[in-house]
Amino acid sequence: MTASAAQRFLQDAAVKSADLVHREIIRLGMDSYDAAHLKGRARIKDWEAARQKCQEIKREAINHLDRYLLQFEEKVIARGGHVFWASNGDEACEYVKNLATRRGVRTVVKSKSMVTEEIHLGPVLEKVGIKVWETDFGEYIVQLRDEPPYHIVTPAMHLNRGQIAELFREKLDPGIVSDDPADLMAAARRKLRQAFFTAEMGISGANFLVADPGVVAISTNEGNGRLCTSIPRIHVVVTGIEKVIPRLEDLAVLWPVLATSGTGQGITTYSTLIGGPRRAGEVDGPEEFHVVLVDNGRSQLLADAEQREVLHCIRCGACLNICPVFRHVGGHTYGTTYPGPIGSVLTPHLGGIKEFKHLSYASSLCGACTSVCPVKIDLHHHLLQNRRNATEAGATKSSERMMFRAWRSAMLQPWVYALGGWSMRKVLRVIYGMGLAGTFLDPMRVWNRHRTPVPLPSESFRARWRKSLGTN
Amino acid sequence: MPHKVSLFVPCFVDQLLPAVAVDTVKVLRRIGYAVEFPEDQTCCGQPAFNTGYWNEARPCAEHFVRVFKHAEFVVCPSGSCATMVRNFYADLLIGSSLRDDAKAVASRTFELSEFLVKVAGVTQVGATFPHAVTYHASCHGLRELHLRNEPLQLLRQVAGLKLVEMARSEECCGFGGTFAMKFADISAAMGISKAESVAATEAEFVTAIDPSCLMHLQGIMGKRQDRARTIHLASILAHDGSTQVRL
Repeated sequence: MTASAAQRFLQDAAVKSADLVHREIIRLGMDSYDAAHLKGRARIKDWEAARQKCQEIKREAINHLDRYLLQFEEKVIARGGHVFWASNGDEACEYVKNLATRRGVRTVVKSKSMVTEEIHLGPVLEKVGIKVWETDFGEYIVQLRDEPPYHIVTPAMHLNRGQIAELFREKLDPGIVSDDPADLMAAARRKLRQAFFTAEMGISGANFLVADPGVVAISTNEGNGRLCTSIPRIHVVVTGIEKVIPRLEDLAVLWPVLATSGTGQGITTYSTLIGGPRRAGEVDGPEEFHVVLVDNGRSQLLADAEQREVLHCIRCGACLNICPVFRHVGGHTYGTTYPGPIGSVLTPHLGGIKEFKHLSYASSLCGACTSVCPVKIDLHHHLLQNRRNATEAGATKSSERMMFRAWRSAMLQPWVYALGGWSMRKVLRVIYGMGLAGTFLDPMRVWNRHRTPVPLPSESFRARWRKSLGTN
Repeated sequence: MPHKVSLFVPCFVDQLLPAVAVDTVKVLRRIGYAVEFPEDQTCCGQPAFNTGYWNEARPCAEHFVRVFKHAEFVVCPSGSCATMVRNFYADLLIGSSLRDDAKAVASRTFELSEFLVKVAGVTQVGATFPHAVTYHASCHGLRELHLRNEPLQLLRQVAGLKLVEMARSEECCGFGGTFAMKFADISAAMGISKAESVAATEAEFVTAIDPSCLMHLQGIMGKRQDRARTIHLASILAHDGSTQVRL
């Protein structure tokens, strides 16, 4: 029997959280992110007002998704583009695969896209013999390692330059000696340039779909997005339906807020708007332009009034960066396309509450995620709601259900509660007095594995109150 | 007639950390409040609520509301338990006949530092504590009740106390209620990171407004044999210099 997602999570979390090398790499990365993020936020005159505005834009878009998506589609078609509505990942992959095989595509260059990871598009294309190149530097690194992205914005943040140099020596060129980032970039660039000029198809994601003018907004820092979308004959955009926003001027606030939350930049280096295939008289751009709008569970989330706002997410990664659980277990431990708080909220909706409920429990509910979310998603309270949903769906252990039922009965009778507390302290004192802390006889052994035992006073507060304190 | 405070003592404080509640009583009496302890109180329901058992938590919340219905002020030496009443009862009790009472009780429920600074208007409580202390910002107090400055305002007025800031003071210590048992390894790793931040300050004590954070941290720091110890804010404020702190 294969291990469940929850068992794998527990095992990987135990290993990763004890891995001090990993923790140092992540801590260094996050410390520099924290500094940049704070500096970036300070550049925006009123950060809270900016968040508020972003929330309002996304709320407007999500609440009228039907209207804005149709508006976007109409404009794209009018300019000669194609729009395909995929209700799930398989349909989206089939569409892209069939298009590629019909057009004789042998090489695809991809710019960074989490939706293509979500629907596993890469392996589908490779299965029919198409070579797929990830062209974002971080994505390229994890592709060479045959790993999924570690983080939705910085896919290779778990590796230091020494590890990357080692990887490049093994996979690209045994002659690479330097671990200087510029040299490593140059080595990757030599390979990727060839790919850009060989590929017949470029695949990108979208940061936003702007409904009113019918354009796709893409931000990258390496320029690979522009190369992917302008050199190959065919450009395919694969994106979630929740990416649509109403108006071009909305980008004036969303783009800087995305950049600030993502990396601390004022604006991402390359901000591109694409509206369709190359028109007569234009010097570059693809001959064919396709947009694949992926639902894959999103409409179902739209129907959940309590958690609909999860679709506001602009995939900036800020909640991952600040999350103390992410900082200790790392991105791969989650075993999901979207790790961190947003992934723990979203994945049970996309992949099922039974299989992924553990992610909603794997949080101390500290609320740091909610405090940084640039579109103000109430992330940690949605984790609470997922926990309630799991319990109501009967997806929790029956022993736990029984325990909480017994607990409730005790809490409704003050004398039962007091007696229960008194006996628990008594029993633990006997066990610890016999030196049996941490053994199988110790009901607190899980606690005591990493901690010294809790204090066990001879008297509770209520006993002391009754004796003397209350009359003082 | 002095104003009366009804003490809300979290169940684990009652059973495991009674000194925190005793010290809370001392501080409140010292600044002139009459203190009562409604003995029918048990648990606010948070353990069940946070684990998803809202149907089990609901009757506990209703019990709590009945017990504290007529209180003038409800004061609790825990940001987390105060949050449960203040922010979550209204959601939990949708459909309950006690929901309006719950909202009224919620509006009169305060965490201790919040009550002292915002309601009583006091930052100087006459405490003396001649030690180096670092402050851990407990999550629920910070992000649910928005208490960033209140505990620090109180600490700055304590005679002899030297406040030292730790790195990442607003990062979670890793307790998280049932999280500490369900995901013990992650919880402990987070606790160790926090303990390292504490140790780096060379402070003698780490304080916070949430006894649960401190109970967890004390366990982690004890296992590491750290020199620093945990102490609840109420216990610092209760100190009037008449006795030595046991180190």
